[in-house]
Amino acid sequence: MSYPKPDVEYAEHLRAGRFMIQRSRSSGRFVFHPRVAEPVTGARDLEWVEVSGKGTVYAVTVVGQRPPAEPYNVAIVELDEGVRMMTRVDGIASAEVRIGMPVTAVIRAEGEDVPHVVFTPAEGA
Amino acid sequence: MMETGDFPRGKTAFVGHATHGMGEAHGYSSMDLMVISALKALDCAGLTPGDVDAVFTGHPNDYLNQMTFIQQLGINPRYMDNNRTGGSAFLVHAFAAAHLLASGAIDVALIAYGSNQRTEGGKLIQSIKPSPYVGPFRPMIPLSAYALAASRHMHEYGTTAEQQAEVAVAARKWANLNPDAFMHGQNLSIEDCLAARPISTPLRKTDCCLVTDGGAAVVIVRADRARDLADRPAYLLGAGQCVTHNEIYMMPDMTVTGAKWPGKRAFAAAGLGPSDVDVVELYDAFTINTILFLEDLGFCAKGEGGAFVSDGQIAPGGALPVNTDGGGLSCVHPGMYGLFTMVEAIT
Repeated sequence: MSYPKPDVEYAEHLRAGRFMIQRSRSSGRFVFHPRVAEPVTGARDLEWVEVSGKGTVYAVTVVGQRPPAEPYNVAIVELDEGVRMMTRVDGIASAEVRIGMPVTAVIRAEGEDVPHVVFTPAEGA
Repeated sequence: MMETGDFPRGKTAFVGHATHGMGEAHGYSSMDLMVISALKALDCAGLTPGDVDAVFTGHPNDYLNQMTFIQQLGINPRYMDNNRTGGSAFLVHAFAAAHLLASGAIDVALIAYGSNQRTEGGKLIQSIKPSPYVGPFRPMIPLSAYALAASRHMHEYGTTAEQQAEVAVAARKWANLNPDAFMHGQNLSIEDCLAARPISTPLRKTDCCLVTDGGAAVVIVRADRARDLADRPAYLLGAGQCVTHNEIYMMPDMTVTGAKWPGKRAFAAAGLGPSDVDVVELYDAFTINTILFLEDLGFCAKGEGGAFVSDGQIAPGGALPVNTDGGGLSCVHPGMYGLFTMVEAIT
């Protein structure tokens, strides 16, 4: 049987402009971070699914740096699909990022060593 | 599964303990600090390295340190353990040692640790490469992970910066009673804490553990032999362990730590509950840890930890003495504080 290459495939999807996470075909459960099998059950039926990109800030910290470097935030966002991920909220001052804030995913792949997903405050929120 | 997990209650006891080089230990390697602490702990029990048949170790950067350690001391062990559960490693060691001793697989367990991280580099030694799901966001690990947990606890339960400062101030007051504590003699007020530099919000400098050197060791044997080796053996009544995640975004509920389940198992094994406890030694890498652990171990309800530590209630003279050496916040933190909680508890 062929096993997925979770880290490589996640990054390839991001480079192609798709925010995909895995879902178990049998349980319907979404999984993040990417894996070779569903946790606990070990089911080898994870498939890549494009997600809504909608989520909510679950936790946030602002890391201070020595000036002139600006402080930056590190956030945990819970996707509407039910999984959480580490990320950053852009497009707003770090000190203004609040738990419970609705956010939308933005892919950062171009020029990045490690493609990743950040979030911006949701429109009209 | 039985809640007690058939823990060998009172079948083993600590008969020796020691620390060495707490604070700054110029010229000593991490392994030197481990070895010296081990020798001093064995001295307490009138034992020599040749009597030891099981070693449990931790070290900041020697991946095979347990082998270096037995080579240094001339130990020919029947069992070796160098687990990687982080700073809690040594409490997990005690759990394993108790079972192995009780079964007769081993006779003398030596748990040892040493780190010269302060005089070597002045920074927490960090040898773990972050995953692609963490690295791009540049969290300060482990600091930002606890900061994220603190942000969630404050959001859900209204825990305040002042309540977290209470933990730091209590630790400092205990340190001021302990001449070996790194921060001994330096007063700290709630106002000082609230004015301290933010590092990874909501955590300020005073919410974070020290960066020191230090070594520690303990010796455990079966209870029937303990009375011959120590005047006051400290019997191990219960222990448990649990791991919920590695990376912080995978923590199932960021306000509930893995201490909740093994705490129940350890209390059940001992036949005791939180109200029976006179003194508590917790791993206070950050002030939020003390609050979370007091809740998860049942000393107060979830969400009430902030109020529980307020008004000096865990400080000298308070209702429940916590981290009576000054803790990782004000006594010693060479990178992995866990063994020092055990040394302080049995001292």
